[in-house]
Amino acid sequence: MATSAEIGTEGTLQIAEHFKSAHGGSRRRFGWTLLIAYLLLAIGGVCMVTPFFWMILTSVKPAPELVDFSFFPENPTLQNYLNVLNTSSFERWYLNSIIVAIISTTSVVFFDTLVGYTLNKFDFPGKNIIFIGMLGTLMIPTEMLIIPWFTMSVNWNWHIGYAQYWGIAFPGVITAAGIFLMRQFFDGVPNELLDAARMDGMNEFGIWWRIAAPLVKPAIAALAIFNFIGNWNAYLWPLILANSREFYTLPVGLSFFRGESTTHWEKIMTAASLASIPLLIVFLIFQRQIIRGIALTGLKG
Amino acid sequence: MKRSKLLMLIGTLLVTALLLAACPAAVPAEAPAADSAAEEPAMADEVVEIEYWQYNFAARVDAMNQLIAQFEEANPNIKVVHNADIPYAEFRDKIAASVPAGVGPDVATLFYGWQSVWIDSGYLVPLPEDAFPPAMVAEKFSPMVQASFVEGTLYTLPTAVRALALFYNKDLMTDAGLDPESPPSTLDELADQAAACTQRDDDGALVVQGFVADPAAQDHHWFREVLVRQFGGVPYTDDYTEVLYNDEAGMQAWNYLLAFHTDLATGDRDLFDGSTNAFVGGHVCFHVDGSFRLGTIAKNNPEMNFGVAELPSHNGIKSTFGSYWTHGLTKKAAADQARFDAAVKFLQFITSADAGALWVDIVGELPAQLEAGSNPELLADEKLGAFAAGLEYSHATFFADESQQRQAIIDSFDMVILTDEDPATALQIAADTDQEVLDDFWSSR
Amino acid sequence: MRFTLRQRQIIWAYIFMSVALVFFVIIRWYPTILAFNVSFRDWNVFEGSGPWVGLENYQEIWKDAGKPRSSVTAAFSNTVRYVLFGVPSQLVLALAIALLLAQIRRLSAVFRVAYFAPYVTSAVAVAFVWNWLYQPETGLINQGLDLVGLPQQPFTKSPAQALPSITAVAVWQNLGFAVIIFLAGIQQIPGHYYEAARIDGANAWQLFWRITLPLLNPIIVYLTVLGTISYLRLFALVQNMSPQGTGGPLKSTTTVVLEVYREGFSSYKMGYAGALTVLLFFLILLITIIQLRFFSRRVEY
Repeated sequence: MATSAEIGTEGTLQIAEHFKSAHGGSRRRFGWTLLIAYLLLAIGGVCMVTPFFWMILTSVKPAPELVDFSFFPENPTLQNYLNVLNTSSFERWYLNSIIVAIISTTSVVFFDTLVGYTLNKFDFPGKNIIFIGMLGTLMIPTEMLIIPWFTMSVNWNWHIGYAQYWGIAFPGVITAAGIFLMRQFFDGVPNELLDAARMDGMNEFGIWWRIAAPLVKPAIAALAIFNFIGNWNAYLWPLILANSREFYTLPVGLSFFRGESTTHWEKIMTAASLASIPLLIVFLIFQRQIIRGIALTGLKG
Repeated sequence: MKRSKLLMLIGTLLVTALLLAACPAAVPAEAPAADSAAEEPAMADEVVEIEYWQYNFAARVDAMNQLIAQFEEANPNIKVVHNADIPYAEFRDKIAASVPAGVGPDVATLFYGWQSVWIDSGYLVPLPEDAFPPAMVAEKFSPMVQASFVEGTLYTLPTAVRALALFYNKDLMTDAGLDPESPPSTLDELADQAAACTQRDDDGALVVQGFVADPAAQDHHWFREVLVRQFGGVPYTDDYTEVLYNDEAGMQAWNYLLAFHTDLATGDRDLFDGSTNAFVGGHVCFHVDGSFRLGTIAKNNPEMNFGVAELPSHNGIKSTFGSYWTHGLTKKAAADQARFDAAVKFLQFITSADAGALWVDIVGELPAQLEAGSNPELLADEKLGAFAAGLEYSHATFFADESQQRQAIIDSFDMVILTDEDPATALQIAADTDQEVLDDFWSSR
Repeated sequence: MRFTLRQRQIIWAYIFMSVALVFFVIIRWYPTILAFNVSFRDWNVFEGSGPWVGLENYQEIWKDAGKPRSSVTAAFSNTVRYVLFGVPSQLVLALAIALLLAQIRRLSAVFRVAYFAPYVTSAVAVAFVWNWLYQPETGLINQGLDLVGLPQQPFTKSPAQALPSITAVAVWQNLGFAVIIFLAGIQQIPGHYYEAARIDGANAWQLFWRITLPLLNPIIVYLTVLGTISYLRLFALVQNMSPQGTGGPLKSTTTVVLEVYREGFSSYKMGYAGALTVLLFFLILLITIIQLRFFSRRVEY
């Protein structure tokens, strides 16, 4: 790789381009290795999806069939879907989940990437303390934090009206796990590239925004997906904060189907199936960002 | 990271943590005074608003909405905010988070087994004696409601109560050549009929289970308050300070329960995810359960041909376990006289005999007041009758910590079944664990 | 005045982190300190702040840990076992799957969705589905064992098998996460590294050990540290899968966080729960710092 000192802006971007397209031009070869790869992936894949598949099968079973634990439904029905969709506020729970996940993911993508970058590429006093301090927040179970959070929320009136969206989202608008993830991925971005941009007089924010961040797009996409899912499935905190069913998110709403003596498993399976479909769609969209059909050329042959 | 830096880091964190921990202000201390805006003394004709919380269950919500509508009509200056948007499993979490923040209910519904923990922590306040005279409660309410008195002070009152009875699957009995119209009426008959009803295939696998002993379902209650008494013992001293079921009678009761799993081998609680699910699925002949199970069966196996009888007696002794969801007044209500008065009125209303009668119609739980509970129509009810008949001889265990005391029995049962522990040793372990929970509770009072 | 390069770096670093630092101080560190504070108090949620009792809660934990059949001892030793079983299997499986997925082009989106599906499934549904898979007689796994003539297994019903069975579900559910992160990492490895190495005559095995693995180091660090933390905090799965959610049978699956939750929200002994939290915090911190040190050798490109 060329030394950075004399390269102008043009050159910087060229290196960036080169870095991005470094994977191109793999030769296609078919052989035993590929066949074995497919075979192994297929076996693993079946193990992975069977439970998921059974969740969907259960969602089309009438309630009396549930107690027998059979695999296939005897009298498949869509009645559960009608019942769940007719549950009061169900669409609202869906909407709430989307709103909360979007608020949090937008913020997380920006701040986690920025802080992760800072922790990797800058040298400053207190760096290790701050990093470990942030990681430390992962070491306290949420169960112990909900009481102080709720007290704060009541103080600031985040527990009533539409402020509840913010109230549900706020503990997760910046995440230590995401910062850590981005910190690790920025390791793969060569410092020379950043220094070259500095020499060109680009400001630090511009370097992050235009040079560094685009290079870790796959990781940002992964971060976005995981954060979205994490919020989508969050249970305890939304339950504690929201003061009525109008502001419950999907997982909290789902728990209404669980009672003291009777649990409506067929409805839970239906709602859970309905809840995971948009996530798989989000995943399908973002996974293209993660791997643009690039094969690991090096390991073949 | 260098070693010295690492040590410094850990050291700094520790010191900071300790220093900060030593500062006196904790969250709750900083919590805002409960609803400071609403604290102004209410004028006589001003509308007082009180908040009522219960967990989400459609029939209960419906019944309570009707009661509230009636109550508000009779008391136009009181408004009751009904919050039932709380899932059953997290009801206690939601309460716990609300209190330090200064919000939450004035009147709360809770399982009677949680009372001690809630009272012990000062969350529930005693019910005023003029509004709820102990003599009235003793006379009018089912005897099990005595469990709401802690050291002579009444803290809560229920609208409705529950009891255990014996569910039996008529079709399976017929298949086994038993008379479906004469279900077991004594413990010996239960053991015999359960054995007769059990069917195995050629490999010895259970096809029909006669009776499944499953303390994780209702059988821990059945053991303590029913079997122990029927074998001539008592589960605890009258004031529930001391465990007594680890004696000769208790041992007989314990062996009777274990035998369904070991000697008689009439069932395996691991099949179909436990005795309840197995009975509802139509794989079990006899099952001890509460009236709330009627709803489960109606939903999951509406075709099942079953009956409900009073629990089998033994040595001429009848007993059943009673339990109830009860209502208490919180310290939030007590903080304001006008609200407290309104809350007392509301509690009187929802624990009346009329409220109980409405409750049994909508929710299917038995009225807590004997007057409504001994209604001949109810006693004659094909399904509810057996539960209603049990009310007069029911016992509600006074729990210091229901979940821990239940776990003690479950664990000891598991020790015998899963690790071949000697039954007597296992029972002693259960008694010791149970006693420890009781000691912990009573010593702090 | 002009700042030196290093001073400018420090200033930029703190500007970039400013929002995040404010967030962490208020939303994360302050409530954490409160949780620490609670551990020195006899606080049951309902009354004021509870009297200061010094180390009493810790002494009580110590005393409880010494009793036969102690929940506390079981919780800590189980938690460590979850980590020892879960983290390595998750890492190795995920890396293998990611490498296989990187080989293939056709159907790769299908496979990725298959491996990712468990991750989007809600916890309650996962518990229900696996509970059925593990059923004696009627469950799919035991029917499969029957079919090939193997003896039936009790899985979650037996104290010996319950913990590994639940760990398997955790691995199943989190595998998709690790696979995607690995894929993003593999994506970032510049392809010309492989080409250069191949020209030098390296075989596939050598490419893996000399290029792929070292360059994935930051990702492996991330997945190890985060995976360890998440297994040390295992809670929802155990709560949903063990009988009555109590970590049974015979405490064989209970975890520290489950005990925190039970003490705090079922028995309302927040001081005791707080002390358990603090102990868990330092356990996680210690393990994390050791892991970071172990992996902290920088990789030369």
